[in-house]
Formats: sequence, structure tokens, C-alpha cells
Amino acid sequence: MPDPASFAIRVRDLVVGFGKRMVIDHLSLDVRRGEILGLVGASGGGKSVLMRTIIGLIPPQSGAIEVMGVTIGSTHERRTQAAAGRWGILFQQGALFSSLTVRQNVQFPLRENLVLSDALLDEIANAKLEMVGLTAEDGDKFPSELSGGMTKRAALARALALDPAIVFLDEPTSGLDPIAAGEFDALIKTLQKTLGLTVFMVTHDLASLNTVCDRVAALADGKIVAIGPMSELMQSEHPWVRAYFHGKRSLMLQPKAS
Amino acid sequence: MTTAPVLTTLSNDSGLELRPAGSWIAANAAVLERLSADVAPQLDAATAVRLDMSGVRELDTLGAWLLEKIARRGAHEGHPAAMAGVAENYAGLLDEVHQVNRTTPAPAAARNPVAARLDDLGRAALGTSEDMAVFLQMLGALCAASLRVLRRPRTLRLTSLTYQFYRVGWQAIPIVVLITFLIGAIIAQQGIFHFRKFGADSYVVDMVGILVLRELGVLIVAIMVAGRSGSAYTAELGSMKMREEIDALSTMGLDPVDVLILPRIVALVLALPILTFIGSMAALYGGGLVAWFYGGMGPAIFIARLHDAVSIASFEVGMIKAPFMALVIGIVACSEGLRVKGSAESLGKQTTTSVVKSIFLVIVLDGMFAIFFASVGM
Repeated sequence: MPDPASFAIRVRDLVVGFGKRMVIDHLSLDVRRGEILGLVGASGGGKSVLMRTIIGLIPPQSGAIEVMGVTIGSTHERRTQAAAGRWGILFQQGALFSSLTVRQNVQFPLRENLVLSDALLDEIANAKLEMVGLTAEDGDKFPSELSGGMTKRAALARALALDPAIVFLDEPTSGLDPIAAGEFDALIKTLQKTLGLTVFMVTHDLASLNTVCDRVAALADGKIVAIGPMSELMQSEHPWVRAYFHGKRSLMLQPKAS
Repeated sequence: MTTAPVLTTLSNDSGLELRPAGSWIAANAAVLERLSADVAPQLDAATAVRLDMSGVRELDTLGAWLLEKIARRGAHEGHPAAMAGVAENYAGLLDEVHQVNRTTPAPAAARNPVAARLDDLGRAALGTSEDMAVFLQMLGALCAASLRVLRRPRTLRLTSLTYQFYRVGWQAIPIVVLITFLIGAIIAQQGIFHFRKFGADSYVVDMVGILVLRELGVLIVAIMVAGRSGSAYTAELGSMKMREEIDALSTMGLDPVDVLILPRIVALVLALPILTFIGSMAALYGGGLVAWFYGGMGPAIFIARLHDAVSIASFEVGMIKAPFMALVIGIVACSEGLRVKGSAESLGKQTTTSVVKSIFLVIVLDGMFAIFFASVGM
């Protein structure tokens, strides 16, 4: 039994549903500190719901969630808000504030949480932008002027603004071309190493799963049906996992892995 | 776990040695900023600077950046500041931070205040002519679309038109009736109160009748429709523009003017006269009730006096204005909607502009109609 402190996220017996429809059914999941966990599952199968429940946006029907040792309730609870300082979230569409420039977007969490001089705020924001591969000049642009890849990078810079311990990424490479997606994967890996991040990543990108994820969890029928390094998942006997990783499309994508 | 950050400075013959210790993390940002500012003069004076990092317990981007800044400040020609004792897990972060903020973006050139004011004025004037062009463009596009529909009536989007008519016409009736009823009642009450002083209280019927039928009925209803439906049109079309739905329509070979704008404006042009009629009746009804209960004038007398006081021309004047006002409101609302850019702020700004501009234009139009009707003797 490993030490509980070595887990960044612990989910126990989680049940989430809307009306009569059960989306997450008695799910348990542990995410270790400092690892990159990829979550795969069918479209509409509850991956985003699971992520949104962990960060407190959707109230669970039952079960317990702990993030960095803090029990998570609804977003408006004080405890959850305190935990929010320790995580950063990259939403699928970026969710940058459209009326602020990119730099102001990155500065926003800093400004709300810390007392800093304006000059230092600018320097830190520029540092974050450069760390995610943007330039200081990009900071003056508005979100509507950015391309898809730049939006993702800017949103990642904002997610990293407070140097969180955990980053949640919702389909970070969707909508990017393979080269940009590869760069983004490399970026996540580098940042994870330099900042010591724990990364919880919802993705369908088999290449990202293969290259950056330390472990992969497969969500099917509201449960985690398989979890482990990619090589282990490839051996899994679960029919859905087999279909996912050994389907025609997957084989086309990774000739090496078959 | 978190310990207070400290920065010890040691001066010896080989130069200045700095020993940061404790938690150099964002939570201690204010202290850290002060510490690094305090040490700046010594850094400028020192010949060689060494940073001994072995005491640093925790480090994040903010702390790393401040240390990097100290190192950069301490670097003098040919003598970069040396960093020693960096813990293995922070080496990557410090390397990363070492790369950033190397280029300073050119600061925006300061503008001469007088020139800036003139510049703004010029741009505002240009904006006005642009507004006019946008309005005329929309009017033209609308005329072209109506001609197409007249030539082939089956291309009219009847479902959309009916739905829009239901929204801007039928659903607006309760609030229009309520407001105009109150306005009619208030005018009658004020009239009776002041006219009574010189025994002319029966003329209140003339005042209410002419005022409501010629001016107030249509104006109040138009202003309410501009606030209620015009703003909705702008917000709808604006958010469709933001989500590229309008571009999607165009790429399917459909003209957004045909699909979205024509049904909306036609619905408004049909609905406003009807609402004006209903509103005017409600206002007269309100005036009549006040005349009865407050002024002691029975309904029979009120109706008889109204019959004498107002001609059919007064009623016509009000009703003729209604569709033109609807057209102005619709064109302004739709063209402002299409001018929405990517941000949420621009949606709000354009919706405000739409309401303000359409109310302004409705009142200007009313004034022009007053001149017109006076000269044709109606």
C-alpha cells in the first residue's frame, strides 16, 4: 500500500448522473504525484464529466474526491476554492477571457491571488508566454486574433500562471495539426519535468498517449476498466479497450505498436 | 513546509555572495519582490556576483525569475553571475527561466495629447460616415432580397417569419398594453389636474386623443420594440457571427440576408403597426378610465368628445409612421449584429449601440414625419 501523500488525486466510489442517466458509476481512480495520466473513453462516455466533477464544476451524487489532500465539494465552497489555487485547467476551447488581451489573461490569476508590482506581473506573464512557446508580442493580442494552436498555448500559460501542482488538460491536442500536436506534447512533457507537474489529460490522440503519458486509464461504462502504462493497456483483454487500441484506425496510426 | 524566504548577502574580496534560502514561491511574492529590490544597489556596485542556491527549499517560476533577474543585474561586462548549489529538481526550471524575457518589446510610442484628441475626432467622424454606409448597405441588401422574394414568392421563409412575428408581435402584446395603458392614464390625469384650474378639463379628451394617436402611441411602442426586440436581434445575430454560424450559411450558398435578416425585419414591419394600434387603444382606454374615475366624465361623453376631437387623419398619421420606424429599428439591429467581432465585450457594445442608435433614429424619423405631415396638411 503506497503512502497516501504520494497521490495527487484520489477518487473513491464516485457516482455522477443527470436525472436517471448514470454517467459515472462507482468509479475509483488514483493519480500519482508527478505523473502524466491520460484518460481515454468513448465520445460522450463521461471523460469530461469525470474531469469536471474532480474540479468541482459538477456535484457528484455520492463518493469522495481528494485533490492534493483537500476534499472537493462544489466550486463555491471555500475548501474547493482553496484547492483551486493548486490546479490549472486547460479547457477544450481555451476559455480565454475574450475581452482581455492574452497577457491580461495570464496575469488574471496572479493579480487575483498575489500582491505584485505591475512591472513584475508583466515580466512573469511574459516568462509564462515564452515558456509555452509564444512571444511577448503575442501578449498584446486578443484571443479572437489567435490561431487554434496559439489559443491552446495561451490557455496553457494561463493554467500555469500560479505554478499549480496539477494541470487538467481537456483534449489539449484536438484540432491541432500533427506537427503542432507533437510540439504541444513535447511542451507538456518539458513543463511537467521542469515544474514537477502532475498532469491529468483527457485525450483521444493515440500519439500523445504513447509518447507523453506515464499511465493511461480507460473509462468505459462509467468505470475505469483498465489502467497502467500504454504497453499494459495494449495487452488488456477488455473488449472496449481492445477495440480502442487494436481497432483498424488505431493500427493505421501506429504501425510500430502492433 | 513553507518557510519564510531570506536573502543573505556576504561581501568579500572576490565580490558579492548572495545566499537565497527558504521558500521562493509565489505565495511569498510581496516579500520576495522587496528582497530582490533591496539587493539591487549592492548588485550594481559589486564587481563579481555569486549565487549560492543550496539554501532554497522551494522554488517556482516567480522565485526562479526573481533569482534570474538578480543574476542578470549582477552580471557585468564579461562576468556573468555564477550560480552554484542548484538542487537537481530545480535546474530545469532555472534553465527555462534563463531563456525568457531576453527581448524587450518596443514600448508603444507616446502620443501627443492634442494630436490624439484630433485623431479620435477624425476617427469618430469617419465612423459616422461608415455607420451611414452600413445602414444604406443593409437597406440595399434588404431591397434586393425583397425583390427576389417578390419575383419568386415561394422563397420567402414563412416558418421563420411566423416564428419571428410570434416573438416580436404576439409575445410583446402584454407589456405594450400595460405600458401604453399607464401612459394614457398618466396623460389624462395630468391634463385634468392642470386644465381644471381654468375650467377646460373636458379638453383633456382632445389632448389624450391627438397626442396618443399621432405621436405617443407609435413612439412609445417603437422605443419599447427597439429595446425589447432590436436588442434581441443584435445579440442573436452577433453570437451567430461569433460562432461562425453566419459564415457557415454563406458557404452553403445561402445569403444570410435572405435566411436571417429578411424574415426578422419583415416580421418587425408587420408587427409594429399592429402593436401601435393595440397600444393606442390601450392608452385611450387608460385615459378614458382616468377621465371617468378621476375627472368624473362618463364613458359616453368621453367617446362622443373623442369622436369630435380626433379625425381619421390623426389615426392615419400614427399608423403610417409605424412600419418606417420598424424598418429603421430592424436595419440598425441587424447591421449592428453583423458588426460583432470575436469578444464577449464587443457583443455587449454592439447591442448597446443598436438600442441607442435605433431609439435616436426613431425620434429623428418622428421629427421628419412631423415636418412632412405639417407640409402636406395632415
